[in-house]
Amino acid sequence: MTSAVAQADVPVPHQARGRRSSLTRSRLRSAWLFIAPSLIILAFIAGWPLARTIWFSFTDADLNNLNDYEFIGFENYLANYDGEWLGLLTDPDWWHSVWNTVWFTAVSVSIETVLGIVVALILNAAFPGRGIMRAIILIPWAIPTVVSAKMWNWMLHDQFGVINDMLLRLGLIAAPITWTANPDTALWTVVMVDVWKTTPFMALLILAALQMLPGDIYEAAKVDGIHPVRVFFRVTLPLIRPALIVAIVFRALDALRVFDLIYVLTANSRDTMSMSVYARQQLVDFQEVGVGSAASTLIFLIIALLIVVTLAAGRVRLGEDPR
Amino acid sequence: MADVILKNVQKSFGRAKVIHGVDLDIRDGEFVVFVGPSGCGKSTLLRLIAGLEDITGGDLFIGGERVNDLAPAKRGIAMVFQSYALYPHMNVYDNMAFGLELAKSSKADIDAKVREAARLLQIEPLLERKPRQLSGGQRQRVAIGRAIVRDPKVFLFDEPLSNLDAALRVQTRIEIAKLHTDTRATMIYVTHDQVEAMTLADRIVVLHAGRIEQVGTPLELYHRPANLFVAGFIGSPQMNFIECTVAGVGPGEVLVSLPGGGTLAVPVQPDGVQAGEAVTLGIRPDHVRISADGALTGRVELVEELGENHLLYVDAGQGRRLTVREPGDARHEAGSTVSLDLAREFCHLFRGTGEALRSRTNATSPTSPDLASSAA
Repeated sequence: MTSAVAQADVPVPHQARGRRSSLTRSRLRSAWLFIAPSLIILAFIAGWPLARTIWFSFTDADLNNLNDYEFIGFENYLANYDGEWLGLLTDPDWWHSVWNTVWFTAVSVSIETVLGIVVALILNAAFPGRGIMRAIILIPWAIPTVVSAKMWNWMLHDQFGVINDMLLRLGLIAAPITWTANPDTALWTVVMVDVWKTTPFMALLILAALQMLPGDIYEAAKVDGIHPVRVFFRVTLPLIRPALIVAIVFRALDALRVFDLIYVLTANSRDTMSMSVYARQQLVDFQEVGVGSAASTLIFLIIALLIVVTLAAGRVRLGEDPR
Repeated sequence: MADVILKNVQKSFGRAKVIHGVDLDIRDGEFVVFVGPSGCGKSTLLRLIAGLEDITGGDLFIGGERVNDLAPAKRGIAMVFQSYALYPHMNVYDNMAFGLELAKSSKADIDAKVREAARLLQIEPLLERKPRQLSGGQRQRVAIGRAIVRDPKVFLFDEPLSNLDAALRVQTRIEIAKLHTDTRATMIYVTHDQVEAMTLADRIVVLHAGRIEQVGTPLELYHRPANLFVAGFIGSPQMNFIECTVAGVGPGEVLVSLPGGGTLAVPVQPDGVQAGEAVTLGIRPDHVRISADGALTGRVELVEELGENHLLYVDAGQGRRLTVREPGDARHEAGSTVSLDLAREFCHLFRGTGEALRSRTNATSPTSPDLASSAA
């Protein structure tokens, strides 16, 4: 009897793909019809600019006159003039900005993930005023980045900032710190503000995952007397992992193209310059559309590569049922 | 192995009181079933015993120890949930082993226990599978296996079969009964299904609105329900109820006048019933016979053929509907008029308060109405 039951629930493979029935064909037709508008819009607002940027990266275009340019191949990336290597790939500033961006992403997303889990676990517990807490915690995320960055700029001001003032009064520092200008603190300051701003987003995504978890397994664990910390690492964390990886990928995508926060806090400082800030500087300040486009194209490739690596490391197949 | 004793156990959620002082002695090794309609508090009572809810008032003893303030894990219980509550990301083996890993048992020990439980439940080939690759019945067996490996003093089952299809339910029911015979552990089982209650229980506890209505063996409850609620709840199809008045009282019998005009002498202890008092006469569908000149007449509204027997739903006037169960195929059609006879020795009488009058014989009723009539 057991073997009969054992076989009863083996998933039946999808019907082998053969000739499609007319019903299937008409369904496919309407499916295409439904997604056609978004595909067309995406092609215009994402596909076209991307293609144009990649094209510009192979030219010597100038912001003054975008109609007059010549195809120069890979020279924006790498070129050899009289035995000297030139181009983006040899620019130490570019590589510095790449390093800044990757470091910023790794550190800030890690901190945000850990803090986000903590906050989400707290918000998932039943306590009075939980609803209002959930709303309050979202405020940093709801404020436009430029506004909050400006706000932090003032709070971190070396002479008039409230943070230096507090630390001085508490006796924790002897002299005011130029948080955003000092190369030792600048990038950490950017990370701190980013953590303040985006932890709520992380917490919210994780909270949503936590609320999807069945309650009965926690009761079963309680009856079995399993320590809550163990339950967290052995039950909760594996079960929210797919959602967690998606949240991390979202955040990492965002962090890798960080621009506004760094630009407002530290302007074009080389110590904190991200890839996007570098591209903007080439494009706008130096008017070099070709080099700027090459930088943008590389940003696109680097982000795509890192996300693929992250997904592979997290063993997440998008679209797979987490359970 | 342990007994479970509840003394005036109460539970309130905020201001709503859901368990109103339950007293119950569950003996060591006994199989007790809590049964009742939804919302009667049977699951809450089980969760109080498990320690998943805090007891508001009263005392709970397991194996002689007061466990009100003990964590679930320290009570020596294991629970099987209606939804199985398997860890979805762990395979069957890990699901069963997970609760043991903490108990400082060696790997070999855990392995032996898990494999023994798997063998007992015939799920050995499934040990490497994830819960989502199992059928409902298999999942339930894993959940039971997880309880077995803990080697508990008391097994708690919360409607374990209600998510299974009918055939699997019967099969798993038999396996649970076998598990009880094999382990001789104390088992407390919650269900709303009275067939499960009747077949599994040593004793049934009928709960209604947070109170115990009656505790007894399945046949006690069937043959001598203490009140109108138990009479109506136990037995399918439901017992017929006829409103009537007491016409007279004799020694060891109460004479009632039936709505049709006839009278019937019911062999129960009068217990102070007065002539003229309104009572409810209860009789099971098996004990209503179709006869040439019965006490009641009515029109057949509906016939249900069940093969080995059939049910007649008879409208006896004034919206009073009686169910009759007769053996074999139906010999009457809907619309025909029949005369019904009530086997008086199988009649129950309930006072206005719902309380039953004790039967004169105080013995379990004969197993078959035919035997009874031949004896009379």
